[in-house]
Amino acid sequence: MEKLYGKDLTVLAYKARLLAVEAVHRASSGHPGGSLSCADALTALYFNEMNIDPANPQWSDRDRFVLSKGHCAPALYAVLALRGFFPVEDLQQLRSIKSHLSGHPDMRFVPGVDMSTGSLGQGLSTAVGMALSAKIEGKAYRTYAICGDGEVAEGQIWEAMMSAAKWELDNLCAFIDVNGLQIDGATKDVMPTEPLDQKLAAFNWHVIKIDGHDMEQILAALAEARTIKGKPTAILMHTVKGKGVSFMENQAGWHGKAPNAEEFAVAKQELEARIHELEEN
Amino acid sequence: MAGKIATRAAYGKAIVDLADKYPELMVLDADLAQATQTKMFAAARPERFFDCGIAENNMVGIAAGMATCGLKPFANTFAMFAAGRSYEQIRNSVAYPHLNVKIVGSHGGVSVGEDGATHQCTEDFALMRQIPGMLVVCPCDGFEMTQAVEALLQYEGPAYLRLARSATDIFTDEIPGYRFELGKGVTLAEGTDVTIIAVGIMVGMALKAREILAAEGISARVINMHTIKPLDEELVLKAARETGAIVTSEEASVLGGLGGAVAELLAENCPVPVVRHGVNDTFGRSGTAAAVLEHYGLTPEVLAEKARKAIAMK
Repeated sequence: MEKLYGKDLTVLAYKARLLAVEAVHRASSGHPGGSLSCADALTALYFNEMNIDPANPQWSDRDRFVLSKGHCAPALYAVLALRGFFPVEDLQQLRSIKSHLSGHPDMRFVPGVDMSTGSLGQGLSTAVGMALSAKIEGKAYRTYAICGDGEVAEGQIWEAMMSAAKWELDNLCAFIDVNGLQIDGATKDVMPTEPLDQKLAAFNWHVIKIDGHDMEQILAALAEARTIKGKPTAILMHTVKGKGVSFMENQAGWHGKAPNAEEFAVAKQELEARIHELEEN
Repeated sequence: MAGKIATRAAYGKAIVDLADKYPELMVLDADLAQATQTKMFAAARPERFFDCGIAENNMVGIAAGMATCGLKPFANTFAMFAAGRSYEQIRNSVAYPHLNVKIVGSHGGVSVGEDGATHQCTEDFALMRQIPGMLVVCPCDGFEMTQAVEALLQYEGPAYLRLARSATDIFTDEIPGYRFELGKGVTLAEGTDVTIIAVGIMVGMALKAREILAAEGISARVINMHTIKPLDEELVLKAARETGAIVTSEEASVLGGLGGAVAELLAENCPVPVVRHGVNDTFGRSGTAAAVLEHYGLTPEVLAEKARKAIAMK
């Protein structure tokens, strides 16, 4: 597949958002807020940055991805489906007993999922293990991860940060989705994690700060990460939780709540309007 | 007897000896390479040794990531900090995706000795046994450990291997054709009145208890149940049917480990008296290994008494 850029990626990100919100609505449970905030980064990874083959999801030289904030599975599933790892129709069975699409990603059953996640704080360590494996075996593949800004309150995240710097894992690139909200409220109130840029720099990571909804900035940050030698890169992406659905934006209450039929109708209308607007211009 | 060695020392030597044959073997430690005996591997294969510092949870995650890439990681620390501290990482990052990671818990049980309760893990068998798909293995001596390490290298999937700190007699090397096979208990001595099913360092003590009982005219069978999970159910049921009384013996809590596994099986399939010998739902304490084992009744004499009790309940 040809790499996609700019507006094409943004349109796909909004399509992924619509699929994710629809899946959560049908399941009557799931996590729309964070799925909407990281949809742009996921789309950039799977349609531009990563060296992958949907026809061969276990290809040993593929780039790896770990969704450390595993509850944002609806967005990951939507992007994987759009990319061709499995049929888009499967999303309608999200969280169903009949489906391979569990509430949190299960690598045993979902083509394209490189690591089972869901228990916060653990995914980044596994990404470190993958990046270290590439170094051990002299392979060129890169490893990517997305962590939440609430998730970084977990001590294991900082253990992983230290170890990635120790082994100079310049083949590792971790996004932190800084949407500023978590279940119990604002991250600054629940457990302040800022200043993340200074903390990560002090942990000897290369730090890039971007607007996580600006596709050009996302691609530029990923390109910059590939040029950094001797240390891992953290992309602090400032995002809006619930991005693209007006009543979900910046509302902690939409972290793990499914829209009802009326709410979904509004969300669908807004997201479709945005897609239409982008495609027209 | 062919001398004494701690199973941790035998393990440390085995991973070095097997390094060439298994190039995917990677060894991780959490700042305990001296104690866990991975220091020999670190010296011999520095490019395949990864010291993760005092951060066990991250070590387990790194091992999981390595396993997804086809490597065979062995993650080492004390049993307490592996099965205890990192229980949830082992459950969710290793066992749930059924990854080929070996968790190696050294210094299991109370024979850790002087360091005391914070370092004496008696819950590891029960904790690890709870996890679906997890193998739980604890060899009885240094010779068996060497075979167990290779068997685990050949097994694709998550496993927990417990090592002991203190040197104990090597005896399985004197048994002609002795072969360790995952999930297959070994009948070390025949008997008709009672069966002692033991694991780890309690296996040697079970053989001594058998001699005490023999002097009283009691015939005790001794089984080395080196694999607690999956339990060799066939062998346990056969022993229950043929001897009519069972004693389990482990240097671990009587709750949920080998004793729990055997009692659960027999209660549902062949109810005979089962007496569990182990640490009785209490924390450890400091002392020399011998003094601590004595304090908790982990001796051939107390084990023999448990056997008499089981027989009396027939």
